[in-house]
Amino acid sequence: MEVGQMRRQWVDYIKSLFTEEFLDGQFLQLQQLQDENNPEFVVEVVSLFFEDSERILKDLSFSLDQQSVDFKKVDAHVHQFKGSSASIGAQRVKNSCIAFRNFCEEQNIDACLRCLQQVKQEYFLVKNKLENLLRLEQQIVAAGGSIPMMELSF
Amino acid sequence: MVMAAAESQFHVLAVDDSIIDRTLIERLLKTSSYQVTTVDSGSKALEFLGLCENNETNPNTPCVSPSNHQEVEVNLVITDYCMPGMTGYDLLKKIKESTSLRNIPVVIMSSENVPSRINRCLEEGAEEFFLKPVRLSDLNRLKPHMKKTKLKDQKQETEEKVENSEIQQPDSESHSQTQQQSVQQGTTNNKRKSIEQGLSSPETDRTRPRYSTGIATVV
Repeated sequence: MEVGQMRRQWVDYIKSLFTEEFLDGQFLQLQQLQDENNPEFVVEVVSLFFEDSERILKDLSFSLDQQSVDFKKVDAHVHQFKGSSASIGAQRVKNSCIAFRNFCEEQNIDACLRCLQQVKQEYFLVKNKLENLLRLEQQIVAAGGSIPMMELSF
Repeated sequence: MVMAAAESQFHVLAVDDSIIDRTLIERLLKTSSYQVTTVDSGSKALEFLGLCENNETNPNTPCVSPSNHQEVEVNLVITDYCMPGMTGYDLLKKIKESTSLRNIPVVIMSSENVPSRINRCLEEGAEEFFLKPVRLSDLNRLKPHMKKTKLKDQKQETEEKVENSEIQQPDSESHSQTQQQSVQQGTTNNKRKSIEQGLSSPETDRTRPRYSTGIATVV
């Protein structure tokens, strides 16, 4: 595939991630912070997000699996997850976290368990999308092209 | 280019328990040409600033390690609000309670838009409150606070120069004129400085008693 075609594919793909609300404007902020001095910045932050998310999901599953659930602790984990998903622009994960926190306050264990499943699902969806996007970027760069940030007009 | 070079002098200490947010704020600040140090907790921030925490009974006389404190100059502290252990609000209070640190501007970041929280931080002496995620455009709001810290330093230098010129050039022909200009500049600057500092730090005035009469005449 020639570079021009890959660049068009990247633009179409990232636009679909915005229209389907997987990502929000914060992700563009990350892209803008990446330059020739820091060509790996987005990959670095996204990898940190993956590591952090998977640790939080493990902690959440553990906390909700206890005989008597400490909802304050659960809420603290969800708060963290909400923060990191907001920082990366993972909009749907962030929104699931907001709903999750309401049920922590209500101390509703069934709803919390449902929310955990939903947050997990949204996380793995966006993880998959981000991996596809970053793979495309790597292919463009490897072929000697640059990421067509200018073509993203929102 | 010149701007970037000048601003690279400003040193920001960024405090956040989240590694993602530390990476992000570090990049944002570096892109804006600041020198950055990041730490993951409020207690590490105080340690970096040279303030020990072993004197809880009397917060007005903090244990300061002088060598450590003078080595690293911090022009601004930007801290997350919600952190385990010492919160950003606790850190702000400790800095503002410390005679050696209270002039360092503090900016609080939080993901939650809670007006009472924002007001509490501003009342306690925070310069700004940023909603997370912090964006490049937010960082423009840091500049005035940096400039203020830097200007204070420059004014001190100017005043020292004035003192020197008085002593070293008593025979210079244009002496009295230049001296007057310098002194005027010094007093004007000093006036502005006292207004800036008058509310929060009376003790800094003690270090500059030289122009206290000058202020009166100018005012």
